[in-house]
Amino acid sequence: METFIAILLTIVSASTPLLIAAMGELVVERSGVLNLGIEGMMIIGAACGFAGAVMSGSVFIGFLIGIIGGAILSYFFAILVLNFATNQVATGLALTLAGLGISGLIGKPFAGITIQREPIEFLSFVNDIPVVGPMLNGIDAIAYFGFALLLAVAWFLNRTRAGLILRAVGDNPVSAHTLGYNVLRVRLYAILFGGACAGLAGAYLSLYYTPFWAREMTAGRGWIALALVVFASWLPYRLLIGAYLFGAVTILQFHAQGAQINIPQQFMASLPYLATIIVLIAISAKQTGRAIHTPASLGRIFVPDR
Amino acid sequence: MRIELEARGQPSVLMTWLSPVIAILLTLLFGVLMFVLMGQDPINALYIYFVQPLTSAYQIQELIVIATPLILIGIGLSICFLSNNWNIGAEGQFVMGGVAGSWVALTFHGVDGWWILPLMMVAGIIGGLLWALIPAFFKARYNTNEILTSLMLTYVALQFLDYLARGPFRDPDGFNFPESKIFSPSATMPLLSDGGRMHLGAIFAVVAAIVIAIMLWRTIKGFEVKISGEAPRAARFAGFNEKSMIYFSFLLSGSLAGLAGISEVAGPIGQVLPVISPGYGFTAIIVAFLGRLNPIGVIFAGLLLALTYIGGENAQIMLQIPDDATSVFQGILLFLILACDTLVRYKVKITGFSSRQTTGGEG
Repeated sequence: METFIAILLTIVSASTPLLIAAMGELVVERSGVLNLGIEGMMIIGAACGFAGAVMSGSVFIGFLIGIIGGAILSYFFAILVLNFATNQVATGLALTLAGLGISGLIGKPFAGITIQREPIEFLSFVNDIPVVGPMLNGIDAIAYFGFALLLAVAWFLNRTRAGLILRAVGDNPVSAHTLGYNVLRVRLYAILFGGACAGLAGAYLSLYYTPFWAREMTAGRGWIALALVVFASWLPYRLLIGAYLFGAVTILQFHAQGAQINIPQQFMASLPYLATIIVLIAISAKQTGRAIHTPASLGRIFVPDR
Repeated sequence: MRIELEARGQPSVLMTWLSPVIAILLTLLFGVLMFVLMGQDPINALYIYFVQPLTSAYQIQELIVIATPLILIGIGLSICFLSNNWNIGAEGQFVMGGVAGSWVALTFHGVDGWWILPLMMVAGIIGGLLWALIPAFFKARYNTNEILTSLMLTYVALQFLDYLARGPFRDPDGFNFPESKIFSPSATMPLLSDGGRMHLGAIFAVVAAIVIAIMLWRTIKGFEVKISGEAPRAARFAGFNEKSMIYFSFLLSGSLAGLAGISEVAGPIGQVLPVISPGYGFTAIIVAFLGRLNPIGVIFAGLLLALTYIGGENAQIMLQIPDDATSVFQGILLFLILACDTLVRYKVKITGFSSRQTTGGEG
């Protein structure tokens, strides 16, 4: 039972960064912008967060700095894509390449340091409830924050006027512009939110999940987060299913390695990527044409004609 | 301050060629800033990065050795990007080309024969081609997002190579080091000159650039490539098949990446190692854009990006600058090229605060 709970908890912490990063991207894509730079923003979040935590001595400040780092990088993306009307795919790739390099420079002095993995558990009073208690208590604060964020994003998109405007901008920027909404500003806010989420997800990796800094430690999680948005067909709640599915695959892979199953570890390590490919294919094979919730103007350049 | 874009009627020809120059100059300026922040003398650092590698014959050969895979991959990616097919997995296709060719080399290890090297090249091309076929097939068949599938396949390919180098391909007499036997001379790329490692692959790169350039500018196929990217609807009315263009661009770029992969393994590396590329497949994306998605332009862009690798290595040795500075340079360069390319299609106007207030949406 103990090990079972332990495995469930590791699945939660493997899923949390995917969930948070994918949620940010979902909002960005709903505004009509495709940001392929999640991997870059995540790794910047991981480097800035770790550097911030070591230098300030506070994990909390580390998380904040990770969030700010991700948001700053996404701001550069926003300037290019919105103000300079650059190709979103190419710009997102540039963001990832630059992010990987810059994070290496930032993280260099902190390589080899490990920090105390602070128990960011806060529900100790539920510990007495059998089975569920230790489980609920074991889930860390950021994971809970991720759930709360999910509810907030779903509520924002579906129940608020601002969410409606954001979706309008993503579906038909020309009409939204004609109605007097500032398309570029809405998209800027969405991109910054996406950057902040990716930064937080990255900081979670270096501050809680591992917890140390290593180059390229995001290992493709940013790209998996992108795939999750497709998997969820742009609906927030489905992200939860996707993120936990992938978290589970990652963890099972580790346990299979530990259990001395006679499969080369490189094949096990490929599993999350293969799973992503299979899921993407299955989803695209199932739907004919674009899914209903795909933002109609996703990835298209919009230049306001004053 | 606000930036406003005004579309030009025609793309500016002057800006098409000026924008990469502006981007490079701005990148150098950024480099000055970065080196000052690192506490280095910026002029000295830039000299070591971008000039010193050109002062010795050996290093110029090294430059060409590194430019070879970048150019080969960059040419294929240009065709992909021109036709609006986003093959991001060239790194994986490079690796699989290296794997397939190495399999031939190791199978015939110790055998002498002129046919071994050509067979390896063919195997390398097929390896890269088959790996690129996967995202192409699913894009053509189900419209599956090729960016994600080709990229995920890269991670799989990297794991596969790691497995081979530590398992089936490992030299049994190699004291358990994760490396294969050193390829026999008949399975090694011939060198082009003494006193360096420049090899036959450099010729492949130049020939490929010329052939693809002719294809692009002098044949219907080239017209089809350009039109399907610029005006997909028009391409459909012209009777061009979208699916066949997906296959054409992916298989072409996969083949070239595979050829680059086996040329690298059979050339400067000379054996199978767990890692055979410092990210050439990704850097080639920058090469393609810097070279204006033009096969001849890609040659110059490939040489320039190769310079950042060698300069970065020199700077690491002489100034203890971490080699991550190289990826920063490369990423910033792509960023700035994309920004400067806006000048090709738009006039950029910077207006003051006093310009019309926009009516923002509430919330």
